Amino acid sequence: MTPAIEVRAVEKHFGNVSIIQDLNLSIAQGERHAIIGPNGAGKSTTFNLISGYLSPSSGEIRLNGDVISGLRPFEINRRGLSRSFQVTNVFARMTVWENVRCAVLWATGHRYAFWKNVDDLPEVRRRTAEILEDIHLSHRRDVPAGLLTYAEQRELEIGITIAGGANVIMLDEPTAGMSHAETERAVALIRRLTEGRTLVIVEHDMSVVFGLADRISVLVYGHIIASGTPEEIRANPKVKEAYLGEEAH
Amino acid sequence: MTSTVTSASDVAAKPSGQNLRFYGLWVVAAIALVVLPLIFSSGGSLTSFSLIGIAIIFALSYNILLGETGLLSFGHAVHYGLGGFAAVHMMNAVTSHGWPIPLPVIPLVGGIGGLGLALLIGWVMTRRAGTVFAMISLGIGELVASSSLILRSVFGGESGISTDRTALPHIFGWTFGPQIQVYYLIAFWVLVSAMAMYALTRTPLGRICNAVRDNPGRVEFIGYDPHVVRYLAYCFAGFFAGIAGGLAAINFEIANSAYLGAVQSGMVLFATFIGGASYFFGPILGAILVTYLQLGLTSVTSVWQLYFGIIFIGIVMFAPGGIAGLLMMHRPLIRARTLGLVIPSYLVATLPTLALACGVILSIETVARYTVTGGEGNIVKLLGIPFNTTAPTTWGIAAVLVVGGFIVARITWRRIAEAWDRAASIARDRGYLA
Repeated sequence: MTPAIEVRAVEKHFGNVSIIQDLNLSIAQGERHAIIGPNGAGKSTTFNLISGYLSPSSGEIRLNGDVISGLRPFEINRRGLSRSFQVTNVFARMTVWENVRCAVLWATGHRYAFWKNVDDLPEVRRRTAEILEDIHLSHRRDVPAGLLTYAEQRELEIGITIAGGANVIMLDEPTAGMSHAETERAVALIRRLTEGRTLVIVEHDMSVVFGLADRISVLVYGHIIASGTPEEIRANPKVKEAYLGEEAH
Repeated sequence: MTSTVTSASDVAAKPSGQNLRFYGLWVVAAIALVVLPLIFSSGGSLTSFSLIGIAIIFALSYNILLGETGLLSFGHAVHYGLGGFAAVHMMNAVTSHGWPIPLPVIPLVGGIGGLGLALLIGWVMTRRAGTVFAMISLGIGELVASSSLILRSVFGGESGISTDRTALPHIFGWTFGPQIQVYYLIAFWVLVSAMAMYALTRTPLGRICNAVRDNPGRVEFIGYDPHVVRYLAYCFAGFFAGIAGGLAAINFEIANSAYLGAVQSGMVLFATFIGGASYFFGPILGAILVTYLQLGLTSVTSVWQLYFGIIFIGIVMFAPGGIAGLLMMHRPLIRARTLGLVIPSYLVATLPTLALACGVILSIETVARYTVTGGEGNIVKLLGIPFNTTAPTTWGIAAVLVVGGFIVARITWRRIAEAWDRAASIARDRGYLA
């Protein structure tokens, strides 16, 4: 079966500085894949490369078998890949309802329509309401997104990401800055909402990573040093040395 | 609904009564537009209403860019002007060829003129938002304004191109000679354009424009190309600005280079910002106020631009949401029934604030008379009281009003802030304020 995401020999330089070297990564359909690594290892850059925010200096990225490297983010999104951001990235002056609805519009085929009343689209209303229900923000639907609490904004961020119905979901540190209870809630949410889809997640919280992921890749200095099941990663001496070892002390 | 009602479909349910209120508002607006000239029937007020109507369409079109899509344009008048010239040329062509096109559809020709230019230049202009867009719009504005003086056959040079609106085929016996008929023509287009522009904000495109305004980067990751969104918004803005320009051409029976210059572009920015770009009705308020001030202040004082500048700076500094923002601040208080806590502090502040304003006006007028327009005599009339600008007492009164007014007014302003905090915290407790 074609992998959901395939990264082949991707490099990324900014001037003389090489951020990503010879990155190879294959993520199967329906897999929950975590990317871990120390700060500055290039995790977010990897996300930016796959989602089209940056284009690779060389190499090739495929989504469901089609080459997507070099495409613009919205083109990649339309092919069924959606990502969230590490720093909350919502539409601050619009309400929670409108935030999610905007993310539903393209996928429901309304595109740039200026001849339809956006309030009169039953499919859009239904899906928006479902997403709000899913992310537990129905009671906050009329609040401007900028006025939500931090944890609520993180949930809205996930809601916007999944709203378009993409089958590949990439979450960049979804639980960063959350309390223990909030993290547990967020993990349950992510597990439920990405059921049957491919999930790629960058995360610092190891309990989240080992609890959620089917497979884990360890990124150090822009290079993947190990890729495998949680057990394999836990047992891998290179990983222990480079990453987990530091935390165990 | 049936028994399968879930809480999700509850959330999806449309707020009831909204439609009724929505259409009711437009009916009220239509009636007001019809009745207005019957109450104020003097020639002067008809002229004012006509100008205000044109300014309303123009400002609303500008707000498609500024308020809805977050694009700050310094050259919006190019579309207004092109619309005006398109309308004038069409009117002259209709007259000379004897085409069966009546005057009421001419504004549409203006709209097409504005749209045509937007289609042409918009794609390059909207590649970037922010400063880049603002700078390009300034450049395009200057480019078009200067070429209007060079391309004489199209723009008529300094004198412009004139036309005769009564020479077009008449319908229903309307010649559009009398100003009242022109007023109704403008009123019709104001209503139609305002409804269309309001409807535009309620479409998928309109909402994505808001998303592009708030966070263009994120929009790319929900499937939209922000460049296309900005371009479409720009085309709509150009179209409606063209309609306003076409109406202006009908109203004045001339189109000239002043239509598309920087002054016109600045005025629409002022009107939109002073009225408030965050609400649909903001630019309407701004257009009414700015046009009224333009017409009213010029006859009262020679330094009217100065007052204009002061008002603009005041709004930018103290009420960035404009007049609409100031008004809408009170909505949660009204809902929470705590407005009564604030009103007394407003009343208390009125007198010292007015004293301060009078002091400022007296100072400005005195200085202006004394230094600039010495020939016009030394008497300034304020609230019907004559002041001699050369008398030390006048200077003294002005100083006392400014200094004293400011000291007292500042105390009352603080009272307003305190009362406001109290009212807002109660409103917050009652759940009307986030």
